[in-house]
Amino acid sequence: MSLTKYDYVIIGAGPAGMAAAVEACQYGLNVLVLDEQPTIGGQIYRNIEDLEEQRPGEFHQLGADYQEAFELAQRFHSSEAKYRPGRSIWQIDSDLTLYHIGQDGGPSETCHAPRILIATGAMERPMPFPGWTLPGVMACTAADVLYKSSGLLPRGEIVLLGSGPLLLLIACRLLDAGVKIAAYLDTNPHLAPFQALPYLPEALRGHDYLLKGIAMLWQMFTSGAKVHLGVTGIEAQGEAHLQKVQFQQGTATWKELTADLLLLHHGVVPNVQITRQLGCEHAWYEKQRYWEPVLDQWGNTSIENIAVAGDSGRVCGSANSVLTGRLAALETARALGKIDSSQQTALAVPLLKRQNQELAIRPFLDTLFPPRRPWLVPQNEETLICRCEEVSVREIRGAVRLGALSPDRVKPMIRCGMGPCQGRMCGLTASEIIADERQVSPVDVGYFRVRSPIKPITLGQLAGID
Amino acid sequence: MFQPPPNVAKTVQITFEGQTYQVAPRQTVAAALMGEGYLTLRNSVVSGETRAAFCMMGICFDCLLEIDGRPNQQSCMIQVREGMNIQRQLKKGERA
Repeated sequence: MSLTKYDYVIIGAGPAGMAAAVEACQYGLNVLVLDEQPTIGGQIYRNIEDLEEQRPGEFHQLGADYQEAFELAQRFHSSEAKYRPGRSIWQIDSDLTLYHIGQDGGPSETCHAPRILIATGAMERPMPFPGWTLPGVMACTAADVLYKSSGLLPRGEIVLLGSGPLLLLIACRLLDAGVKIAAYLDTNPHLAPFQALPYLPEALRGHDYLLKGIAMLWQMFTSGAKVHLGVTGIEAQGEAHLQKVQFQQGTATWKELTADLLLLHHGVVPNVQITRQLGCEHAWYEKQRYWEPVLDQWGNTSIENIAVAGDSGRVCGSANSVLTGRLAALETARALGKIDSSQQTALAVPLLKRQNQELAIRPFLDTLFPPRRPWLVPQNEETLICRCEEVSVREIRGAVRLGALSPDRVKPMIRCGMGPCQGRMCGLTASEIIADERQVSPVDVGYFRVRSPIKPITLGQLAGID
Repeated sequence: MFQPPPNVAKTVQITFEGQTYQVAPRQTVAAALMGEGYLTLRNSVVSGETRAAFCMMGICFDCLLEIDGRPNQQSCMIQVREGMNIQRQLKKGERA
């Protein structure tokens, strides 16, 4: 394995990673950007470069922020940064040596930089209920990815389940594209708008977002989709694939809907796989019930020379991701002697000012759309939590009763989190269920210890055999 | 379940379970198969229950397929290539 050296390795080519790379190159840094996906843009700006060429006209439908992202993508490509798509990081050592593999099955490669930026974005919070493993049940962002990257549009009886701005955004995008949505099952608690009220004055500073939200709600509620509010329970049913859903509002009797596709959304959580593997300090964010790496204003983690930008820190959206990417790059330029502290501070002033504006709406949003107990801790004990190893709520509770008090003790007993996804799809739910069974907070229970290799790697790749 | 866009040039030939398909380039294997009407991509190695791509962004591993003889490939992250040979993975130790 030959070791390639850079000044700055950035993991992820979404808004944060691209912005950091462009900024860092301006100060003469030798930058490598590794990204797992085949194209740049991350999830939010999937296929940003090819969209207009592949399906003319649709690009403009996606809004003004896509135009900005397209310009960022162009600046990224014309920068000096070396970009390698389709590369998955499977380990980072404490001396900042980084190991990555490609999807071609070729041998693992190694690189090193004195500074590493983790910009691996966010993922949807798992939303387990009976039948969520059936074909036809998908995360709502999956439908968005299929649309942006391949122009695929869902057809048949389409049902949406969940709450939050991203679900609305994706629903409206589908409606704009001519898709008929049969039903919208809203899971938000009735009290949430009242709890969010105290944050409204602050949120008014981000009134653009508020107006956009109101417009989306209007579009959804007038689209002809049947809207059911306060949904607290659901079951997806079908032989080999989804055919119907049964749902409940509060204590009312269960209702049934025909369904070909059920799209889920239960909020967004940071992808902490790499910061966990490195052993960075993480803190519990109670409003949205997830762990996030502890960061300073430059994105520095508790480990020297490792920083985080974008939604793999706290989930704050793409505009803030660009700003945090640039701030992190300034910190690296200073740390490597390309600019001094006073230059860094001066350059950061406009970025921090815009960030303050961008973040104004977040406390309101994070309170308005709280994660909800029926999906954090499913009532039906047979609900599968670990999709890979098919471990149920009942089995997790059973393991806790036998004395396994933390995710790491539960894991070897019942294989929860030991499948190929390595706990990405069950980690948060497992911590919540263990905490519930013990009647303590997830903070007291902790999370899976994430160990290398954080992506499946073959022995051949490890040994450098092609 | 998913409708591909009209008027897209289908310039790449792939083989899925022995049958050939012309599909649009620069899309992932999972998306191409969904565009051809396939939803179920594998069976759970535990219960044998059918599974389909769930997240489409490399997190869930429910889209695993055998691609060009290499098992357990994340088909939502790999783009189609001319002549690609794709197989479903059934229960542990079984093949189509």
